[in-house]
Amino acid sequence: MTTIDPTEIFRQEAGELFETLEAALLDLCQRPDDRELVDSAFRALHTIKGSGAMFGFDKVAAFTHEFETAFELVRKGEIKPTQDLISVALAAKDYIRALIEAADSTDAIIGEAILDDLKQFIMPAPEGVGAATVEAPVVTAERAAGWQLHLEFDSHILRNGSSPLDLLDDLCKLGPCFAVPITDAVPLLDELEPEDCYLKWDVTLASDCSSAAIDDVFMFVLDEMKLTISPLAHVDVPAPPLLQETIPDAPPPVPSLSVEPEPVGRHQAAPVERRDEPKRNEERGIATVRVQAERLDELMDRVGELVIAQARLSQLATNGSDLSIKMIAEEIERLAASLRDTTMGARMVPIGSLFGRFRRLVHDLSRDLAKPVDFVTSGEDTELDKTMIECLADPLVHLIRNAIDHGIEDSAMRAAAGKAEQGRIELQAVHSGAQVLVSVRDNGSGLNTARIRAKAEEQGLIAPGAALSDNEIHQFLFHPGFSTAQTVSALSGRGVGMDVVKRTIENMRGSIELATIPGKGTTVTLRLPLTLAIIEGLLIRVGEGRYIIPLSAVEDCVELTPEDQRSRGRNFLNVRGDLVPFLRLREMMDVSGTPDQHQKTIIISTGETRVGLVADQIIGNHQTVIKSLSKLHSDVTIFSGATILGDGTAALILDVTQLVALAQMHSEKQHMSEAA
Amino acid sequence: MARVLTVDDSPSIRQMIKVTLEPAGHHVIEAGDGAQGLEKAQSNRPDLVISDLNMPNMNGLELIRALRNLPQLTGLPIVFLTTESNEAVKQEAKSAGATGWITKPFKPEQLLAVVAKLVRS
Repeated sequence: MTTIDPTEIFRQEAGELFETLEAALLDLCQRPDDRELVDSAFRALHTIKGSGAMFGFDKVAAFTHEFETAFELVRKGEIKPTQDLISVALAAKDYIRALIEAADSTDAIIGEAILDDLKQFIMPAPEGVGAATVEAPVVTAERAAGWQLHLEFDSHILRNGSSPLDLLDDLCKLGPCFAVPITDAVPLLDELEPEDCYLKWDVTLASDCSSAAIDDVFMFVLDEMKLTISPLAHVDVPAPPLLQETIPDAPPPVPSLSVEPEPVGRHQAAPVERRDEPKRNEERGIATVRVQAERLDELMDRVGELVIAQARLSQLATNGSDLSIKMIAEEIERLAASLRDTTMGARMVPIGSLFGRFRRLVHDLSRDLAKPVDFVTSGEDTELDKTMIECLADPLVHLIRNAIDHGIEDSAMRAAAGKAEQGRIELQAVHSGAQVLVSVRDNGSGLNTARIRAKAEEQGLIAPGAALSDNEIHQFLFHPGFSTAQTVSALSGRGVGMDVVKRTIENMRGSIELATIPGKGTTVTLRLPLTLAIIEGLLIRVGEGRYIIPLSAVEDCVELTPEDQRSRGRNFLNVRGDLVPFLRLREMMDVSGTPDQHQKTIIISTGETRVGLVADQIIGNHQTVIKSLSKLHSDVTIFSGATILGDGTAALILDVTQLVALAQMHSEKQHMSEAA
Repeated sequence: MARVLTVDDSPSIRQMIKVTLEPAGHHVIEAGDGAQGLEKAQSNRPDLVISDLNMPNMNGLELIRALRNLPQLTGLPIVFLTTESNEAVKQEAKSAGATGWITKPFKPEQLLAVVAKLVRS
């Protein structure tokens, strides 16, 4: 097993502790009287301090100590966790995080400013309480040729894991030792408790060690024994540099440990406030192993290649006649499939880790914009591929910003509309088949369709007076450079627009939907595939070429009837009573020659819209390991990637979203030409 | 060499103990909280337990008391880790049955010295 640098583990651990701390602080805004939250924040701070000191983050430890001191008062109930205090605490948390991540580039002045702020909340601590001045024991530079010791242990000492014999052994290490047990306290056999210690010892130690060295031997049991030490036959030794601990917080002296020489004299220890506090981290039900993210990526790559190789093997085995090879191929197919599922499972991360970050965002935004907002999340347990979680962060930040900035009205408008003063933003994640839906819902004013339309006309995107559905108008929000914000606040106009959000989501093979009710609010829903790396695909043939359609998008497969075939101009198909537009892939791919007699139509859907794709043949299900296309192909929109088939040839993966959009465009054109 | 059970909810501290003790030939068993520690102490029969005091599920003091109530583990040395050199905490842990303590932050040689002191090969 490889050992991982504990400092790195500490950094990761600190990251989790910061999340706990932040969550607790934010919750405290809502429930300032919740003891459990205060304790939770306190435990996180305490661990950061303790572990920070262990791994050489001295600045972290020192700063956190001050922070903890302030929070100690909250814990004792002496001060209230007000909004102001929590804001300072959040700033302090960010500062500690900066100290851990980049200690050198972090300005200590910021830290001092935060500490000053924190101190405003702290009432002067009662003098003398917990600030006891500790005096280091006066150390005599006594040296002797030997020592006479008398040892009496408490009777329970054996049960507590200390062994007097071991201690005598330790004494022997200091020098020649002669120990005489005193047995007069040993009771009669029937009264004897076998686990009690009844013996006492007189020990003569011929060593010129210091009496502190003898104390060190008994350091753990000094309060459970009577130890008298008297020097034997004084010898005058010049006072050597003193060996003694002087700092009360320093570790207790341990034998064999060299201690820095300190000048002789009395030392006044700095007043140190001490406390003991319970620290329990959040319960972690499942034992976990930390694995570096790249390793998971590598593993996924290997599994992908294995699946491809396995597909080739299966194909060979099917074509051949060797039964035993077929059996092995089936076995490997089964194993590869379960290995793929396990690997994908290992990459799944609950989306809750992402949601946590937004609470801070909402807190800060709602304060900056003076719009009180209730932030509700659900479905934190919903799991997504970890790469997707990372990619989702920026789009969601944007959507939440929009929701608060544009969606939620200010207090006055809300009051006028008869709504509760506090706005509400819901962030929800749910599983839906092979997809995950992540939605951001606000109960604000809803989209202003008229304004979007006016803007679109102004920008020349639509002709004035063109007949468009509300939904079509809303789509302009995804147009690059489209912003209806009349006032550019610090939050809007950051360069990341809805077009970027849409592109990011589509790059993940997801889609984005808008739903709005005027005056009631807006919901933005992101539909995302569960994973990015491997999909179930439907393999089809068009002419000589083979293509993959993601199976999650396939709704139905029907045969194209001769009537449908003939109706060249009108590309519509009657599917169980509904008219569905279809695209002839042969035409799109520019395939010459005569089409197969029985053309097949694959009905695909994104959300509400259905589109048929006409192919020559449906080959069947295919485990598709997605390989991205090179940059040269980046302007080819109808393909989202490529894969390698069992026989080693490549097949292109059709981009369902693009095809649906294309088909809709076609059908609109037809509408228009028919209307004209 | 010694079988050492380290009970701490902080993985970094556990790892620190492990990388210090394993090169010295000790075998380190890890437990993430008091309840796990109690279970592993019974199943693994360590020669020494090094436990944090503040932990979820079962804190260090509860763990020490529970271990001291197990007749089969009588005399098992238990060392606790403490952040502050607070006498009251030490006293409480000692009276719960702890054998010794290590104050955080500690140096690797201090840890090794404590193990050597409490476990005889």
